[in-house]
Amino acid sequence: MEHIELERDDIGAKLGMWVFIFTEILLFGGLFLVYAIMRHRYAQEFHIASQQLNTFIGAVNTLVLLVSSMTVAMSISAVQKKDKRMATILLLVTLLCAVIFLVNKYFEWGHKIGMALYPGSDLMMQLKHGYVLFFSLYFFMTGLHLLHLVIGAIILIVALVKVRLGIINDEHYVLLENGALYWHLVDLIWIFLFPLLYLIT
Amino acid sequence: MTTGEKHITSYTTYAKVLIILMILTTITITAPSLNLTAFTVLIAMVIASTKAGIVLTYFMHLKVENLLTRVLVVMVLGLYASVIILTFSDYIFR
Repeated sequence: MEHIELERDDIGAKLGMWVFIFTEILLFGGLFLVYAIMRHRYAQEFHIASQQLNTFIGAVNTLVLLVSSMTVAMSISAVQKKDKRMATILLLVTLLCAVIFLVNKYFEWGHKIGMALYPGSDLMMQLKHGYVLFFSLYFFMTGLHLLHLVIGAIILIVALVKVRLGIINDEHYVLLENGALYWHLVDLIWIFLFPLLYLIT
Repeated sequence: MTTGEKHITSYTTYAKVLIILMILTTITITAPSLNLTAFTVLIAMVIASTKAGIVLTYFMHLKVENLLTRVLVVMVLGLYASVIILTFSDYIFR
């Protein structure tokens, strides 16, 4: 069925997404800066506190996000190649990775909270300032990252539905590209978050 | 109608990028056990920045993007680096 092509600006759309990504870089960047300075001030306590974190789960989460970045990038190629089935599979794998990350986070945080290591707990009120700072930063930064992950997953679900409906196809796929860019941002943030929080000596 | 160019990156390219990223992640995880104290953070940050650069170039398609986007990314990263350097310099010399 013929329809009139409205004015459309894919280059502008993608550039808009990049500008938004820049603001996110500055947002998390500011938090990293706070972390860096506090870490310098309370080096000993940060070092001890970070040993409470589960490096294995952190590593698994890192790999899971890297895989999801690959699959979402591949899904764009699939759409470009008019391979709707492959695009669907790849997007589903990406979303599965998101779920795995969420489940891991649930266990991680659950364990911490079970040990009363959360901001505002009775235990936290008695610990030294350096420990309090570390855990506050840990929960805030991973929590903010988690929020971005959930938002990214929702965007990708919308993209998946549109791929199935043919709204996103080999001629109109900037929405998927932008969703993928946002997802890569989530991955990028974690790439820095993981070593800074889990691997400091 | 400005749609830009259509570059189709192959699946194998993406797979190779993932493998490189996984190798770098493994190095990052095993580095702390080498006990290089202060250098561990530096190495971790260098590796993380390399991984970020690879994600930006290949997964986020900066390699095939138009010049404006690439220039903007470099500028923003430069801006962020300046903020870090200036703030840290201020803090260190207090």
